Amino acid sequence: MSELGSVTPVFVRGEMVPQRPPPVHTPGVLGLVRQRLLNSPTNILLTIVGLLLLYFTVVPTVKFLLVDAVWSGSNRTDCLADKAGHPVGACWPFVQAKFSQFIYGFYPTPERWRVDLVFALGALLLLPLLIPRAPAKTLNAGLFFIAFPVLAFFLLHGGGVQGFGVTWSADLLSGVADSVGGAGRKLAAGGPIGSVIGQALLGLGTVLVWLSWPLVALRDWIQASSQPVWLDLLLTAVAVTALVFILTGVRNGWRALATTVGIFVGIAAMVAALRLDRGGLPVVDTRMWGGLLVTMVVSVTGIVASMPIGIALALGRRSTIPLIRIFSVAFIEFWRGVPLITVMFFATYMLPLFLPGNFTIDNLMRVLIGIALFAGAYNAEVIRGGLNAIPRGQAEAASALGLSYWKTTGLIVLPQALRHVIPGLVNSFIALFKDTSLVSIVALFDLLGQLRAAFADPTWSTPTTLFTGFAFTGLIYFVFCFGMSRYSLSVEHRLNAHRRT
Amino acid sequence: MAIDARPPPPQLVAKLRRALGGRSGWKGLLAQVLFVAALFWIGYEIVDNARDNLANQRIASGFAFMSHTAGFGVSQTLIPYQESDSYTRVFLVGLINTLVVSVVGIFFATVIGFAVALARLSPNWLISRIGGGYVEIVRNLPLLFQILFWYLAVLGSLPSPRQSVSVMDSFFLSNRGIVVPRLAGEAGLDGFLVALLIAVAAAIVLPLYARRRLFATGKPMRVWPWVLGLLIGLPLIAFLIVGKPFSLEVPVLRGFNFVGGSRIAPEFVALTLALSTYTAAFIAEVVRAGILSVHKGQMEAGASLGLSRGQTLRLIVIPQAMRVILPPLTNQYLNLTKNSSLAVAIGYPDLFSVFAGTTLSQTGQAIEVIAITMGVYLLISLVTSALMSLYGWRINRSMGA
Repeated sequence: MSELGSVTPVFVRGEMVPQRPPPVHTPGVLGLVRQRLLNSPTNILLTIVGLLLLYFTVVPTVKFLLVDAVWSGSNRTDCLADKAGHPVGACWPFVQAKFSQFIYGFYPTPERWRVDLVFALGALLLLPLLIPRAPAKTLNAGLFFIAFPVLAFFLLHGGGVQGFGVTWSADLLSGVADSVGGAGRKLAAGGPIGSVIGQALLGLGTVLVWLSWPLVALRDWIQASSQPVWLDLLLTAVAVTALVFILTGVRNGWRALATTVGIFVGIAAMVAALRLDRGGLPVVDTRMWGGLLVTMVVSVTGIVASMPIGIALALGRRSTIPLIRIFSVAFIEFWRGVPLITVMFFATYMLPLFLPGNFTIDNLMRVLIGIALFAGAYNAEVIRGGLNAIPRGQAEAASALGLSYWKTTGLIVLPQALRHVIPGLVNSFIALFKDTSLVSIVALFDLLGQLRAAFADPTWSTPTTLFTGFAFTGLIYFVFCFGMSRYSLSVEHRLNAHRRT
Repeated sequence: MAIDARPPPPQLVAKLRRALGGRSGWKGLLAQVLFVAALFWIGYEIVDNARDNLANQRIASGFAFMSHTAGFGVSQTLIPYQESDSYTRVFLVGLINTLVVSVVGIFFATVIGFAVALARLSPNWLISRIGGGYVEIVRNLPLLFQILFWYLAVLGSLPSPRQSVSVMDSFFLSNRGIVVPRLAGEAGLDGFLVALLIAVAAAIVLPLYARRRLFATGKPMRVWPWVLGLLIGLPLIAFLIVGKPFSLEVPVLRGFNFVGGSRIAPEFVALTLALSTYTAAFIAEVVRAGILSVHKGQMEAGASLGLSRGQTLRLIVIPQAMRVILPPLTNQYLNLTKNSSLAVAIGYPDLFSVFAGTTLSQTGQAIEVIAITMGVYLLISLVTSALMSLYGWRINRSMGA
């Protein structure tokens, strides 16, 4: 302190600052121009710089896209300067010729109504979900997040099903039993410690086989009947409905019963409409998919699949159980630390090696798995932020009421947390939508991939084809991303309504 | 019905429950055991399947391939490299290329990002709108789209070397990239470099000294004339003593390409341009949020102390904004580094392109190659974020927070 007293303080103003004129309120355009553009010499200079910048960017762009553009034609010569008679801007006939490729890729022309139907259904289900005032949000969300993906798969890919719940669970159970037994057999052949564990596993596998025996027998009986899918569906519906009725209690069970029956009627309607029991629609291999279709499929699947992964990881990261917490942290940090393109290569080249040899998995499917894991790790951090924002009192009040951990989380904490982080989630969806363009590096022809393929066409190689293609594709990307970001802003605005004064 | 007082639980058992299963106790322990068992099972299945599949495809696992001859050329190398070198060398070449493009990209992204942020905060309506428009447009287009745009559309439509755009007949811009004069070292280079090194070191130490003196005595010290003098003067003196330390090798067009000078490949230019403009849009938002987070009263307090606007910004506002800016800025730097792997789309030989691309397709060693690549990116990420959090910790400490 004495040190300070001995030196003259430097940062103390010695003189009075001259009075400034009071701010003048000048409304209207003229006022804005005078106040915010021309109120000081520096500002005038900045305005001039800004005008020059605009002049050198906006004017050539407009001139290129609209004024100098060629609007009709059939091949490259129409887009050359000597034919058009003036310097040529955008070559729109190129976009017209390639339009269906940009949207559908190589999807066979007679089947394209299926893609249109999926796009229309998606828009129809998504719109009321986005409008805050529209009713029946739960039903709408259920339809969009669960029913729509399944329907879209059978519409886009085609093909039917062989069985239903009973067949699937029997297959799964016998698969697990086989794997455990196989591991046991291999280990038993190894060293002394291995043989003990191996014997135990072998026993476990045998027990599993015995346990799954009734289900397997039922499956075989169903498959041998004349209508395996319908019989299986009926049995699954009866079993699940009875289970739900018993679990919710007889007194409250009627509502759950109605819901379950409704869901199964819906499934039956879908099976009947798409003739899934008789092979369904003709199969269109995913290699034929392309353009905006792939972009939308990858991004929507990524969004839908990454949400549960994200929620699970976020809860795992906050769990008090040490190993689950450590695993979640490691998982999140790993996926967030590597570039998405390495994840795609991982999915394309490494994943097939990890699967059993007789089990092939579609290229698009592999990439979807990679993207879902990657986006899940990012979503987990966003959701964790929301979970941290919920006051502890909420969870404490819930446990004071006697709710279990799962009920506290599912009914009290998570709904509030997710509401908090909608803007953050939308931001991560925008990032995901943009990142889907990376699938073009692993030989999937999304919108960007189709654009690059279109450039290789010699029929349309002109000096301006490249710029035209980029302008058109860029516009599509921009409309989607900008729309999403505006939507997230409006949600943020609405959620923060109570904070405004 | 009276509730009997329950005896307190035995301490040892309670502690054990807690240690093994967290707050959920024995249930948590059971969950952990099941979880580990499931993980082991999945891990076993993966290893087992991988072993079978590799045996079927006759691929030897292991890292022996790293010492085999690569046998392919790399278009841009900063360390000596020949086709007869090993895959380890290829890996190093790619890693260095990745680091170079990241560092250059981070530099330009920071500069552009701060400029755009200041533009958005400018009192001038037009300038702030232009800044906003830049951010909106660049942020809402995929990065790969922008890289391809710069590479295919902009740089691809540049003239061939014979018609290249030249500045002062020594800088040439063509579709083969940018050709610039190269500095070739001569006899007195060492002395000159030593002088330069001393000057740079002094330029770093002097502000630190001035700051310490300011805190100790309260006397401000004008640093920049000294720094400028040192930076220009010392090399100049060295130049006069040792004589001309290097000569300028000006590129000349001969035949269809340039001879002499050094060439910056168009892939590098496109990648750096796209990465830095794209990341700059995000950095601009980060910086803007940071500056807006500092209360207006701080600016007014600075003015009332008699500081100029620049001094207030530099001494009061920016240090406080830095605390808010730094963590997200680190994330942006990391994103840029990770995004540099998109170089594979245009063939710039970065780590991902030469290693996970060419090496993987030549050797077929998918597991090893992808594991190494992911590991390197992970390491870069972890080291960068560790360094940045160290820096953030120091800032917080120095501000007494």
